[in-house]
Formats: sequence, structure tokens, C-alpha cells
Amino acid sequence: MGAAAGAGLLVPSRDAFALDTPGKLGTPLGPYGERSPFEKAVRWRRESQTPETGSSFTPLQDSVGTVTPSSLHYERHHSGIPTIDPSQHRLIIHGMVDRPLSLSIEEIRRLPSVTRTLVLECGGNSGSEWADKTGVDVQRSYGLVSGSEWTGIPLSLLLAEVGVRPAASWVIAEGADACRMERSIPLPKAMNDSLLAFGQNGEAIRPAQGYPLRLINPGWEGNTNVKWLHSLKLTNQAYMARDETAKYTELMPDGKAWMFTYEMDAKSVITFPSGGQTLPRRGPYELTGLAWSGRGRIERVEVTIDGGRTWENAHLQEPRLPIALTRFRLPWRFDGREATIASRATDETGYVQPTREALIAARGRNSNYHFNGIKFWNVRADGTVTNVDA
Amino acid sequence: MWTRSVIVLWLAGAIPLAAQSPTYSVGRPPTPEEIRALGIAIAPDGEGLPEGSGSVAAGREVFAAQCSRCHGPNGEGGVGATLVGGQGTLRSARPLKTVGSYWPYATTLWDYINRAMPFDQPGLLKAPEVYAAVAYILNLNGIIREDQVIDARSLRKIVMPNRDGFIPDPRPKTPSRQR
Repeated sequence: MGAAAGAGLLVPSRDAFALDTPGKLGTPLGPYGERSPFEKAVRWRRESQTPETGSSFTPLQDSVGTVTPSSLHYERHHSGIPTIDPSQHRLIIHGMVDRPLSLSIEEIRRLPSVTRTLVLECGGNSGSEWADKTGVDVQRSYGLVSGSEWTGIPLSLLLAEVGVRPAASWVIAEGADACRMERSIPLPKAMNDSLLAFGQNGEAIRPAQGYPLRLINPGWEGNTNVKWLHSLKLTNQAYMARDETAKYTELMPDGKAWMFTYEMDAKSVITFPSGGQTLPRRGPYELTGLAWSGRGRIERVEVTIDGGRTWENAHLQEPRLPIALTRFRLPWRFDGREATIASRATDETGYVQPTREALIAARGRNSNYHFNGIKFWNVRADGTVTNVDA
Repeated sequence: MWTRSVIVLWLAGAIPLAAQSPTYSVGRPPTPEEIRALGIAIAPDGEGLPEGSGSVAAGREVFAAQCSRCHGPNGEGGVGATLVGGQGTLRSARPLKTVGSYWPYATTLWDYINRAMPFDQPGLLKAPEVYAAVAYILNLNGIIREDQVIDARSLRKIVMPNRDGFIPDPRPKTPSRQR
């Protein structure tokens, strides 16, 4: 026994680990991976009589790193997820062009492609925060944001192929879902950095994310990133679609509404510890969260543990990619005293994430979309974590 | 002079087009059927509106058959959105955003009903039924008279109550430095 114990310092004994029994084989190799049965993170959605429309929220509290698994990417659908056979799907570019074009997915995939790591955020993310009672956890209050690697071809490449006429100034994008959701995209954006994506996180885009083809407009509100894309029509005017007039516009206190509010402002939130979680004991923890901006790189994330009196720079995960989720971290010791924690992001344009109070003072409470205020969590003495209402 | 400036404009347009000849030559021209099938998008100037017309009276029947189960018998809302009322509330603490109080263009109503309604059978309605439903909803909101008939010509002339209620995105001038 003495020899075995001595050897155990160098060669771990099987008995030192919680294996069922020595020699029990694991499960066989498989064709498509599943996560551990011990992992339970799932999207959350409100109960609904019309489950084909609505939003499902990414479990940010369980996130690590900067990529959202495609299976946990937030969803916003308006008439369900269509089942599309890619061999039957075509993208048609028409309207004010010299050479209208009908392309199969196979043809699109033969063109020179690019890959970009990007954040995607619903224009309505954090809509809960305009109200008196704010979201109780990070999933339900900030979870309409996800990060992915998208692969596709630059839209500008195909616009050169079709020959856009000088009078054209907008692109009307339409999806092949049941309601054929449409948005008007200004031509300069389409010529600049829009992608026709067929890949997400190393595989084909999932059906819920637009399979087989999705328009990706980097940094712009999720709704403009039209899924199941089948039509791009070049026009000389915006089409004033329902989702750019009745919805995705921000009503101000003076009764006027902002429209064509495309870019997502810089934003951040602490994902651990966050509302609904419990710190099991005192001691060291890593305080962490995510920051992003539709306008470029995250330059700085500051963290407060005293309700905003003092702020400290968090460590930013490199590489800090433009318009991408950026993970921030700060070592922290929970000593059993109540702490009110929050994060504040600054992007490369110098824009600083505002407080919720500043946003409400500027825009009132009825603008619904584009909330990017600072989110405070209260860590109680017993280790439970809750949201903070002003 | 007039001829000369036309030629200059023509040249200015022609040069970039010549430089834009296709590089990859993938795909094919769309078939007329493909273009027709995609031709449902309606511009705010009415471009794209099909032939046909609908009266308020016909719209009442369409609405009762296809819309009221979600939007209520008189557009008051239910599972579906409230379609009526709210004019004068946009500055209040509880604004009611409806077709009548908020939507800037009547063409949007035609386009959206045609492409997305009814919720469980989008695309079900024929053009005259869409015109009729639009007429009924506009009448419920006091925007057109009871005896009015809506077609492509009349729809594009309708000025919605909140037509001038929208301004372009004013950011990033909005507050960002307040802490």
C-alpha cells in the first residue's frame, strides 16, 4: 500500500476519480455530437398562443467565451421556421439592374467567400428595461444577442455582377418564410459590408437562423438580417415595410418616431454573477460578461462593485474584433458584503454605454427598441443575485 | 445645349456600367414566372399594386371571416394587434400605436395584409379581398368614408394621420457620455 500511495503521486490511481467502475466502456463514437447530459442551458421564451412568432433568448448566464452555439442562438421569427430544400431554393436579384440574376445555392457557394465573426442583436433586445420593473435575469433582459462566425459572399460582388443602375438607392430584401418578411436596406450598406451567408459556426446555417441563405448586415439590428433570403430588389426608394414603420421604429416623448435606426449602440452586461444565480460561498470569483458595439471594436469595459461610485477596467479577451462579442473578466472576492455590480462599455468611436436613467431622460419609456443601458445586479450578503430597479 | 448635356449624362452613366461587366457569370436570368412570383412588394408610391378594388362593405365581410378571430370584431385587438384607435395618444405616457394612429403609409397595410395575413395562412387573400380589408380597417379608423372603394389609384393618394410622424435616425448625436 505504501508503495502504491507513493506511486500515486506520479501516476494517478483510477480510484482517485469518480469513475463508475474500472474498465467500464464509454459510449461509442457518433456521427453528430451532443452536449453532456449534465449541461442544461436552453433558450427561454414566453408562453404564447402563436408559438410561430416571438423571440427565444440566449442563456447568456451560462455562456463562456465569445461564440454562441448555433443551437442556443437567439431566435426571432414572424411566421415560423420554414423547411427549405437548398436544391429548390434560389436567390433572385432584380429591379433596377442591367442583368437580373437567378442563382442556386450551389452557384452562390462557388463564388469567392469570406468569414466574419460578428455579434447579432435584435433591435428589441432589453426592451424589458424601459419599464419600472426591469428584467430579473440576464437571459430574459439581454439575451436577444448572440455571437457567430458567418461565412458567405460579399453582397457587393453580386451587385457588380448584376450591374446596379445609377438611379438605384435601396435594396428590398425578402425572405422565403410564410409571411415573406421584408426590409429595405440602403444601397451604401449593401455595397459596403453586407454578406450573403450560407455558413454559421463551421456548418450550414441552422434552419432557425435562415437556412440556406441569410442576409447579414454587420452591426445592424437583427431584423434587417433577413433569413431564408430569396429576393433582392434594387429600387429608388425605401418600401416602408411594416417592420420599418409600424415596428422597429422608436417613439419619442414628443410624439415623433425615429425610423431606419439600423446600428446597434455599444452595450455590455455582466453574465456572472447575474440575476437568479447564487454564489455558494465566500471567496474568489471571476466576474465576467460580454460587450459589443455595432460601430466597431470594444475599446474598454469598466466594472463597478459599489453601485457605480468607482469603476475599474476589466480585462478584455483578445482578439477584440470589430462588431463582435468581446468577453471581459475581472477577478473579484466575495466577502459576504452586499455588492451592486455593473459593467460599462466604450467602443472605438469613443461612445460610452449610457445609464438607463440617461436613456429614459433622452428618449422616454415608449421607444421599445435599441435599449443599451447599463445593467446593475445586486449581490446580497447571502450570495443570491437579483436585478436592481431604480 | 439640351442635347449636349444629355450626351454628357449618358456618357457619365455608361462608363461605370461598362466597367461593371459580369466577372463570374454564374446563375441565369430569372424566368418571367420567378419575377412574377416575387412581385408582391408594394412601394409607398403605390408601385406594385395590382388591379382590383374593394369596398368598406366587402371588407367588413372579409374581416369577419378572416381577421376578427385574432383582431376582434371591430379591430379592437386580441391575440392579434389592436388595429383601431389611439389617434392623439402618441405623446402620452401610454401611446396606442395602431394603423390609424401610427402607420405612415396605407400602402404598407396592403403589402402586409397581402404577404403576412391571416397569420395562420399568409397569402390566402386575393387582391380584391386585400383591398376590401384595407378599406374596412381604414374606415374603422375614420380615414375613409363608409361608401368609399379602394383600388391602386385611390390607395396611393391616402394620407395617413401620422404620415409626418417619423424622423430619420438622429444618433449618434444622442447622449452617450452621461454616466
